[in-house]
Amino acid sequence: MDLFEYQGKQFFARYGMPVSPGEIAFSVEEAVAAAERIGTPVMVKAQVHTGGRGKAGGVKFAATIDDVREHAANILGLDISGHVVGRVWIELASDIAEEYYASFTLDRSARKHLGMLSAEGGVEIETVADENPDAIAKVWIDPVDGLDEAAARAWVAAGNLPEAAVEGTVDILQKLYTAYVDGDADLVEINPLILTPDGRIHVLDAKVTLDGSAVFRHEDYAVFDETQTRDERETAAHARGLQYVGLDGSVGVIANGAGLAMSTVDVLNQVGGSPANFLDIGGGANAEVMAGALEVINNDPAVRSIFINIFGGITRGEEVANGIIGALERVRIDAPIVIRLDGTNAEEGRAILEPHLSDTLQMAPTMLEAARQAVELAASARTDENREA
Amino acid sequence: MSIFVDSDTKVVYQGLTGSQGRYYGLLNRDYGTQVVAGTNPRKAGTDVDGIPVYATVAEAVAETGATASCIFIPAPGVHEAVLEAARGGVEFIVAITEGVPAHDEADLYNRLRRDFPDVRLLGPNCPGIISPGQCNIGITAGHIALPGGPVGIVSRSGTLTYQALFELKEKGIGCTTCVGIGGDPVPGTSFIDCLAAFEADPETKAVMMIGEIGGSAEEEAAEFIADHMTKPVSAYVAGVTAPPGKKMGHAGAIVSGGRGTAAAKMDALRAAGVRVGLNPTEAGEHMADIVADLG
Repeated sequence: MDLFEYQGKQFFARYGMPVSPGEIAFSVEEAVAAAERIGTPVMVKAQVHTGGRGKAGGVKFAATIDDVREHAANILGLDISGHVVGRVWIELASDIAEEYYASFTLDRSARKHLGMLSAEGGVEIETVADENPDAIAKVWIDPVDGLDEAAARAWVAAGNLPEAAVEGTVDILQKLYTAYVDGDADLVEINPLILTPDGRIHVLDAKVTLDGSAVFRHEDYAVFDETQTRDERETAAHARGLQYVGLDGSVGVIANGAGLAMSTVDVLNQVGGSPANFLDIGGGANAEVMAGALEVINNDPAVRSIFINIFGGITRGEEVANGIIGALERVRIDAPIVIRLDGTNAEEGRAILEPHLSDTLQMAPTMLEAARQAVELAASARTDENREA
Repeated sequence: MSIFVDSDTKVVYQGLTGSQGRYYGLLNRDYGTQVVAGTNPRKAGTDVDGIPVYATVAEAVAETGATASCIFIPAPGVHEAVLEAARGGVEFIVAITEGVPAHDEADLYNRLRRDFPDVRLLGPNCPGIISPGQCNIGITAGHIALPGGPVGIVSRSGTLTYQALFELKEKGIGCTTCVGIGGDPVPGTSFIDCLAAFEADPETKAVMMIGEIGGSAEEEAAEFIADHMTKPVSAYVAGVTAPPGKKMGHAGAIVSGGRGTAAAKMDALRAAGVRVGLNPTEAGEHMADIVADLG
């Protein structure tokens, strides 16, 4: 779960990290009212789940209330890499002496937490990593040990931060680590972490990704789930508990298992088609789950054909076939369907499907052949539409 | 021969009294697995279709001589369940449960290595392990696997594991052991652990590997294969066309910042001499060629 910057700052504040006073605004009027309460100068910052806000004109300094009005009007509705800005964060502007970078994330190959600290903050850390890798001080933390003060101090020394910044940074890194672990975050990043002219260490930006699997011990994270960026199709699938990712092609995909679903998307691309989605219905394939999946796919106007790719393991072919037939009785599907059914009792399953087959409900013996058929059907559906138009 | 589990393996099911645990526990027993016990502190003294239920893994081990455990309990309890199993004295732990927080997994991995270096954890979020004809722990449909070898399988994906077993069975090729390591960020057992075990197993003559986008486990495996493996390997990596930054179902299957792409993984594997298929069928065909060449 990706947090907006302001949610990330609120999250950090819970762990005692210093952030600036600010308010969220959904309209120009709210932005102006917020700035009047906070007092100028303020920053007007677009809240989107993507980087590159500054370059896109999504972050502006406002010295006066009139500036706030102008910037909020320009930023609200702005399209930043496909993300339309719906809310702005109004925050008291800070004086900056220096900018640093700090983050924690999981290093999967080391199976340890990786902390990164750099005196060169304010730019993308990937750029620093490419151009001046020595400017990043890295520390690998065994989760069983955690990060104590001595380790944090040694790390800050390796980061070559100026003397004035050391104490404040040692303190904030320990708090950031606590937030990362206790908050079940996949990533916490402060860029920039600033030193103010009067010698304080302060959080100026916040990037936080929380582990969706840990929600059971953080009931308050439900509020973050509501602000995830999902398109209409993804929202509909999420509501049905389906693992769905929207893509921009014309062949709808339903498969059981994440690996098989990914593989289905791959094979469609290999035979020259374009998948409309990734959809994993999980191990079982009963009528209810299948009907829900078909509804989601059917509501996608870009879908011209549907490829159902099921490998029966514990779930037998008969159950899968009955699930598909049952789903088709419940949901009226517009696009033609190609089914590939393999695995346990596949023959019995195919026998059940046989009498229902038609031009719009086809079956293919292998994944590759089914993919080819689905792609052909999608192409001819498009041709028909052009003819009608 | 096989790796990690065989006909002598005795398994205790943590969560045997739950619906999933009962279903798969009994299926595994029907397959021939020695399912010797279940645990549930509130139902100690009862039984599940004749399988005795104990309060703790330690008691189950003391009473039945269990050597492995299989965890079917909900995600919030998995961290403690794994540690309970390790303390209880089993040497092999299979955690089927999905949705375990990444911090729990990272902690478990490091804690086991430190306090229980001889205990192996498989998973979480994995289909389990099957040594066909001997022992099946987890949710794999046993009858899609042909016993006998010569191929060992290791996979990050559940359904693609079944697909791989099935493709080999259709070609009349048997399997020594098939290990589903799971798609989570910090699996207890890695590709390399399995490759090393297959390399050491005299019955395994070749290895089929199923990878996925995300992380660098396949690249690390490629390095290991180049440096340490004499046995031929075929592979498939799912997610060739996955868009960056999108989570594809598994917690682990995500491409970030151009790293962990399927293309990079396939290149690394090819450079290590692995025969890489563009889809599971092709990887199966490569394996059939390899097996034919073994003579």
